Amino acid sequence: MKNTTNVIEMRHIVKDFNGFKANNDINLTLQKGEILALLGENGAGKSTLMNILSGLLTPSAGEIVVRGKKVTIKNPTIAKKLGIGMVHQHFMLMDSFTVLENIILGHEVTKGIRLDFKKAQQEIKELSQRYNLNVDPLKKVSEITVAQQQRVEILKILYRGADIMIFDEPTAVLTPQEITEFIQILHGLANEGKSIILITHKLEEIKQVADRVSVIRAGKSVGNFKVADVSNNRLAELMVGRHVNMQLDKAPAIIGKTILKVANLNVKNKQNIPALKGLSFNLRAGEILGIAGIDGNGQDELVQALTGLTHIDSGHVLINDQETTNQEVRKITEKGVSCIPADRQKFGLILPFSIADNLAIQSYYKKPYSHHHVLNHDLIKQHAQKLVSQFDIRTTGVESPVSDLSGGNQQKVIIARELSRDSNLIIAFQPTRGLDVGAIEYIHHQLLAQRAKGKAILLISYELDEIMQLSDRIIVLHDGNISGEVKPDDTSDKELGLLMTGVKKEGTTFA
Amino acid sequence: MNLVAILSLLVSSTIVYSTPLIFTALGGVYSENSGITNIGLEGIMTMGAFSAVVFNLTFATSFGKLTPWLGLIVGGVVGLLFSFLHAVATINFHADHVISGTVLNLMAPPLAVFLIKAIYDKGQTENITQSFGYFSFPGLVKLPLIGPILFENTFAPAWVAIFVAVFLWWILYKTRFGLRLRSCGENPQAADTLGVNVYGMRYAGVLISGFLGGIGGAVFAQAISGNFSISTIVGQGFMALAAMIFGKWNPLGAMLASLFFGFAQSISIIGNQLPFFNHIPSVYMQIAPYVITIIILVLFFGKSVAPAADGQNYIKSK
Repeated sequence: MKNTTNVIEMRHIVKDFNGFKANNDINLTLQKGEILALLGENGAGKSTLMNILSGLLTPSAGEIVVRGKKVTIKNPTIAKKLGIGMVHQHFMLMDSFTVLENIILGHEVTKGIRLDFKKAQQEIKELSQRYNLNVDPLKKVSEITVAQQQRVEILKILYRGADIMIFDEPTAVLTPQEITEFIQILHGLANEGKSIILITHKLEEIKQVADRVSVIRAGKSVGNFKVADVSNNRLAELMVGRHVNMQLDKAPAIIGKTILKVANLNVKNKQNIPALKGLSFNLRAGEILGIAGIDGNGQDELVQALTGLTHIDSGHVLINDQETTNQEVRKITEKGVSCIPADRQKFGLILPFSIADNLAIQSYYKKPYSHHHVLNHDLIKQHAQKLVSQFDIRTTGVESPVSDLSGGNQQKVIIARELSRDSNLIIAFQPTRGLDVGAIEYIHHQLLAQRAKGKAILLISYELDEIMQLSDRIIVLHDGNISGEVKPDDTSDKELGLLMTGVKKEGTTFA
Repeated sequence: MNLVAILSLLVSSTIVYSTPLIFTALGGVYSENSGITNIGLEGIMTMGAFSAVVFNLTFATSFGKLTPWLGLIVGGVVGLLFSFLHAVATINFHADHVISGTVLNLMAPPLAVFLIKAIYDKGQTENITQSFGYFSFPGLVKLPLIGPILFENTFAPAWVAIFVAVFLWWILYKTRFGLRLRSCGENPQAADTLGVNVYGMRYAGVLISGFLGGIGGAVFAQAISGNFSISTIVGQGFMALAAMIFGKWNPLGAMLASLFFGFAQSISIIGNQLPFFNHIPSVYMQIAPYVITIIILVLFFGKSVAPAADGQNYIKSK
């Protein structure tokens, strides 16, 4: 039962950042009780638009109408009064505070000057039950899971009486199971009459939850559609502005000798709890081995063990038949191992350093880049310029800091550095995390090109689609060991999903 | 000396030496919980000590017994004004907190000595005439054993400091102001999205620390050194910072840590009157408080967790 009153109309919105128009004449309407998807590539201006709506930024031009009334949203307090609440992509939580303190902050109930924790707790309990958002209000945020943290964010805006809710890339941090739960929560909120804007670049999600979709590209509105009327391919084209090849052309694998042999690996995690429990597998040249699994089942420890970042308690890692167990990182790297880490900002790049320096960081200590410990900056720059054009890194110059680049281009810097080294083994851990369709397509093509060259590629990803599209073989990691090995052609999402939750694969196939 | 006499000497000198540290460490707790690192506490204490002594010397005849107490408030106000520099530099101009704090520390002693020279035409002041004196708790002093040790002829500002610590703990953890202040030290951006005035809260944190640091200096000058010279405040501000860290940025923790450091300091002063300690060469006793500070810092600095955004500037986007 939806009526068609517009709760929000944004008309001709322009946001100018010193000459760069992040939003350039954008129009958007949101109807009561609907879920509207806001689709666009990274940097298209989605977050800017929503920050304007939630009062964090003020528009340079244009007008906003909320429930039929023209408004100026100067700051978040005004947005709050208008019933607009936003769940940010990077959660806005105080880790050392309790859930309760996080929810009431800025909207406290007091008894005299004392905070009335009891009353607040009662109100939060009622909201939790009504919207099915279970979370313990007395736990600290640092002690709860990411999915629970997201519930805290939702409770935070509900507690402030929001009925227009904005979600910025809410599923980027969730596991497949958590995404399913989250989608149920969204539907529940919409059924209670909340109007929802969902910022995303995941086409599948739009199909599952949204009623309408509004596409923006390079700061401009491209169009508004009913989700039922438009195909995924069409949406991808509208978003990127050109034809996107969603189906990868994969040549048959030409399998060579074994490059990586992992035998009976036992590794503990940071909390000193066993994370890999006797893991064994082989990876051969010319093959992409996909490692599927839910986050936290030993993926981090596997990558760290292979690259020498953590101690291996027992078992062996052999690369090109040479023992690399517990060797120094650089020794392993020089045996011909390239690694694309999952967290590009933490492990892949040194953000304040220039693009040129980041590109040289695996080879700076060798001739010709340095001589008697003195760096040859001219050569490092030339090397960088070559890679920038070869890998199509969009930048104003190789000497600007890598932190200035967009996420997709930062990832390209890592890809350029790691793939240009001609290693036999390429470890790609979540290589397309947080990237948009165009950048994902690019990286997938690069990985397939390496496979065609006869490299061995270990692809660890939480995105099932990615694993299914690229892999020649898939092993599923559960609780530090393999719960099943399958071929992408004769498995299904359902079977993989079951394996990921630890249901062991028997000789039979799943119905 | 009998045991009661030894204990009462130890307790009374411990609380005297702790009091400046308690006030100043509480100041550090408030500043850093709002997100502004304040290593300028040393300089703030210097200004507090200087102004309290000048006030005491000038107005002792007009205010009599009340003079040192008013001196505390004068020291606090001067400390607050001095900390204003730190607030403006770090909050509005996004200066590095450590650099700005160091500026306060480098500026305060020469400024104070210059003013002393200008006022009195000499390098240090006379001794003050009105000091805090001693105070016995009515009733409690009659308690057997602990009465004479804790409550007889004790140093009244110490009990004020302990009360203030409890009160500030309550403010920090049980009131809206405290919650908002801590949120700015934990995640200022998130606090901003929730409508918390980050700059305002951080000003409050720094200015409160200036007021308390100034009181800390004023207590030290009027109760321990008795006059003001270049060597009045030498490291007490840093010791208070160490107490804040040891106390895990919590008002009660900072108070207990200050009592411990005060104990270490008093041992070095009265050690020669105590059995056992009087055999230790005095030079070791004198360096003991500093050595203990360093050891505590090394042992606890890694483990004790500061507010997450402590020392980080927050720049509001327009």
